[in-house]
Amino acid sequence: MNVSMTVNGEQVSGDVEPRQLLVHFIRETLGLKGTHWGCDTSNCGACVVLMDGQPLKSCTALAVMCDGHEIRTVESLEVDGELDPIQQGFHERHALQCGFCTPGMLMTARALLDENPDPTDQEIRTAISGAICRCTGYKNIVSAVRWAAEHEAGAGARSADRSSIGRAPQQELQSEA
Amino acid sequence: MQTPAPFEYERATSVDGAIAALERLGAEARIIAGGHSLLPMMKLRLANPAHLVDINDLAELAYIREQDGEIRIGALTRHVDLLKSELLAERFPIFRDAETVIADPVVRNRGTIGGSLCQADAAEDLSAVCSALKAQIVIRGPGSERVVGMEDFHVGPFTTAVGAGELLTEIRLAVRPGAGSAHEKVERRAGDWAIAAASAALWIEGGLIAEAGIALSAVGMTTIHLTRAEELLRGKQPSDDLFAEAGEIASADCSPSADGRGPVDYKRHLAGVLTQRALRRSAARSLHQEA
Repeated sequence: MNVSMTVNGEQVSGDVEPRQLLVHFIRETLGLKGTHWGCDTSNCGACVVLMDGQPLKSCTALAVMCDGHEIRTVESLEVDGELDPIQQGFHERHALQCGFCTPGMLMTARALLDENPDPTDQEIRTAISGAICRCTGYKNIVSAVRWAAEHEAGAGARSADRSSIGRAPQQELQSEA
Repeated sequence: MQTPAPFEYERATSVDGAIAALERLGAEARIIAGGHSLLPMMKLRLANPAHLVDINDLAELAYIREQDGEIRIGALTRHVDLLKSELLAERFPIFRDAETVIADPVVRNRGTIGGSLCQADAAEDLSAVCSALKAQIVIRGPGSERVVGMEDFHVGPFTTAVGAGELLTEIRLAVRPGAGSAHEKVERRAGDWAIAAASAALWIEGGLIAEAGIALSAVGMTTIHLTRAEELLRGKQPSDDLFAEAGEIASADCSPSADGRGPVDYKRHLAGVLTQRALRRSAARSLHQEA
C-alpha cells in the first residue's frame, strides 16, 4: 500500500505492507535512525515520536494508520546546528548515559513543554512515566526538562534565550548535580 | 522483531461504512482504533485477523456529552479525553481515578474506551468501571442497533456480546441523584496492569444505599461483578462495618491465579481491601464528605 505523510516538515511516501510498523517505516524506509526501536511492546518509550503534536509509541502504530498525518522525530529538534532547549537541557544536566532511551525521552518531554511550558517536577515525572531509563534513575532527566522549561519561557523569550544556551551558569547546577 | 502476520487494511469513512466492511469481509475482520491492545496481540500472533478496518477517522464517535438524563461516551473517545473531561469528573469521578492509572500518558493518547471494553481483558480497568456504573452499551449492526447492559456484555475471557459484523458505538451512563463512585488499584509500578483493582458506585438517597455497583479487575478470568456484595448493600445505611462485610465478599467471590504479581491469598486480601476503600470513597463523594 502507498502511504504518504509529513515527516519533520517534509512530505514523504512509500510503498509498505499494511503490517509494517511506524518505527520500521521511519528507520528503514526513511533511514531516520534517531528513533530507537526498543521493547517492541509499548512499554519502554524509546520509539516515541510525535503524531500531530502528540507523543506516540511508534512500535504500536502501523505506518498505514499514519497516512495523511504529521510525524515529528528526534531529528527535527536541532535546527541549523542549534540544539532545541530540551536537548541542551539533557546536555547541561547530564540526563543520559547510554543514550538508548534519549530520543523517546526528548520527544516526550518536547510534547510536555509544548502543552505545559512550566511543569512541576511531578508533572514531568508523570509525563515521562511511559519511558524507561535504566541508567540515570530519572533525577537528572527531570532536572533537564526543568532546565529546558526555564530556558524557553514563552515563544518571544525563546529566541533570545537561545543566545545564552551553552554557557551553563554554575548557579543552575544546584545541589542535585 | 515482532511483526503481525500479513493482513489487508482499509480505512472506514463512516460508521455505516465500517459496519458494511465488517459484513463484507466476514468473521476474520477486526476493527482497529487505538491499536494498543490489538497490535500487541497481533505481534504475538495471538490474534491473526485477515482484515483490519481502521475507524480512527470517525470523529463522530469521539465525544462525551450529557443528553436525556445520561452521560453518553462515543466508542472512539481516547483515555486522555476521559481523564481530562470535567463533565465526567463531576458526574462520575471514578473515570478520573481509573484513567490516572491506566497505562501511561503516551499510551493514553491512543487507546479508546470502545477498544478497552471490546478487548475484554480481565485485568483492564474500564470494564470494571463501566460494570460498577451499570453502563448500557450500544452495539450497531447492519441496519439495526441494540443496547446491552454491562452484566451481559462480557461473555467470557476476551469475548463480548459484540458479534461479527457489529460495532460498539456508545457507552451510556444514567445520571441519578446521590451518585458517588471511585476506583482503587494497586500495581507493581507506574503504568503496569493491576495486581488487583476495585470499582465501586453508590447511589445514596435519604441516608440509604438505593443502588450499588461493584466490580473487580485482574482477579479472575473475566471482570468480576460482585452481585452478592451489591445485594448486601442495597437498602442499608452506609457504614465502615457494612463496607468491611462487602470487602469480605469480594475476597471470597473473586478467583485470582498466582503469577508474577502475587500469590492467590494476597490477591484475595487485596481485592477485599480495595473494595472497602472504593466503597468508602464512593460514599464520601455521594455525601460530599470527601477529605
